[in-house]
Amino acid sequence: MVFRIALIGTGAVGRGILEAMSRKELGLILTGVADSRSGMISPEGISPSSLLERKKKTGLCGDPGISADDVVKKASYDVLVEVSPTDASTGEPATGYIRTALSRKCHVVTSNKGPVALHYHELKQEADKAGVLFRFEATVAGAIPILHTLHESLGGNEVRALYGVLNGTCNYILTRMAEEGLSYKQALDEARALGYAEADPTYDVKGIDAAIKLVILANTVWNRRITLDDIDITGIDLLTEEAIRLAEEQDATIRLIGEIIPEKNLFRLSPRIIPRHHPLVVHGSLNAIILRTDLAGDLVFSGKGAGSLETASAVLGDILSIRDRYAGGN
Amino acid sequence: MQVSMKLEIRDTPGQLVAALMPISDVGGNIKTVIHEHDFSSDKGSLGVEVVIEIHKERLSALLNLFKERGITVIRFGEERMHYQQSVILIGHLIHTNLGDTVDRIDKTGFAEVTKMSLAMPAIQERSSAKCTIKALSREHMDKAIEILRDVSKQKEILMIEPLEF
Repeated sequence: MVFRIALIGTGAVGRGILEAMSRKELGLILTGVADSRSGMISPEGISPSSLLERKKKTGLCGDPGISADDVVKKASYDVLVEVSPTDASTGEPATGYIRTALSRKCHVVTSNKGPVALHYHELKQEADKAGVLFRFEATVAGAIPILHTLHESLGGNEVRALYGVLNGTCNYILTRMAEEGLSYKQALDEARALGYAEADPTYDVKGIDAAIKLVILANTVWNRRITLDDIDITGIDLLTEEAIRLAEEQDATIRLIGEIIPEKNLFRLSPRIIPRHHPLVVHGSLNAIILRTDLAGDLVFSGKGAGSLETASAVLGDILSIRDRYAGGN
Repeated sequence: MQVSMKLEIRDTPGQLVAALMPISDVGGNIKTVIHEHDFSSDKGSLGVEVVIEIHKERLSALLNLFKERGITVIRFGEERMHYQQSVILIGHLIHTNLGDTVDRIDKTGFAEVTKMSLAMPAIQERSSAKCTIKALSREHMDKAIEILRDVSKQKEILMIEPLEF
């Protein structure tokens, strides 16, 4: 049995998905695709490898006369894979696409943080009403399967606390400041040059990106209804190299840590002094998470929090678990 | 002088007041009283930690009073802050009166800044300081950190707290 997907977005994540589909036999067929300027609908299936080539040559994935909206509304698919860029303040146009797909009784998988952080409860309700699944593993900690773990694997546990390094850019900057003695500005410039930081790094270094992930975790795992305003946010942009040296005097360093303690209603993101050999002290652009649970004890996860194939891995995991549940597996 | 002592009192109504009375009787000033709920005793008694300010020469009178009234002094001494944590402050620390920042902790009676390393890269630039705080208990440490958090907010200082597990 074939399982049909429509892909919205052919940036880093979309490319990763197409690359994995062309490299491996995943049992998926691509019946629609769109980027911000063009689209394509084909019930027989679109070849991921020729699509990647076309995009590379022309910059377009399809016909400029076909929009993402057309693909979402008209293509025949089982899962809408929404991986367009995040708009953290409105969640659009992704939220609109997701709503349309759910109203067509199609499953939705997204890596887009905006819709999940802003509208999770409504979207979940719409999915439940339609009898389909809404999954978003890739929105938190990239390749680390943290949402699946929290939603499924730890079912019988009470998760009492979560601590996480959730932004690779900040972790890269802090690692370089600690290991090479760079100033904040030098480390940021280096991160920019290597493509770890955007030209405008505000979203990362002021902690907004990591805080959005805390919102997603709080709302989807602990069933809260919080927004970014409910998170106590401190970024890393005011850190000094001297502060890191002072932490080192006690065999510690500084990392940007997201913290959720549901019992205390505590949702906080802040730079913290942390022993140098603590499991949350990961290097470079890695992410790490510790869960404190009543039955399983402490669990530690670390891995790549971003990247084309790494994020695609999380998206594909969602798609394939939906397929296995609804199409009987193959 | 400031003294901390641990008293054992009977777990019956009025005993705590009875134990604290001798302190004011000799002109001592009670700064903190901590009930130790987890104090284990088969004799139906409770542990109470008190921190008092008292003239040195009145101390023996106080101990005698305790003895007369059947209150056992389990521990007695000047060293009393067992909990230690370090925080890092970043900002215009000197210009925002570092002395006052430290004072806000010291004057609580239950916590004090015991060590400070300061790095000032250049005039006009923000300085960074590591403050080691000692407190009577975990709860007092949390309170001290909270005070410092408020002061930092007022003075636009970035406070980096330790991640406690």
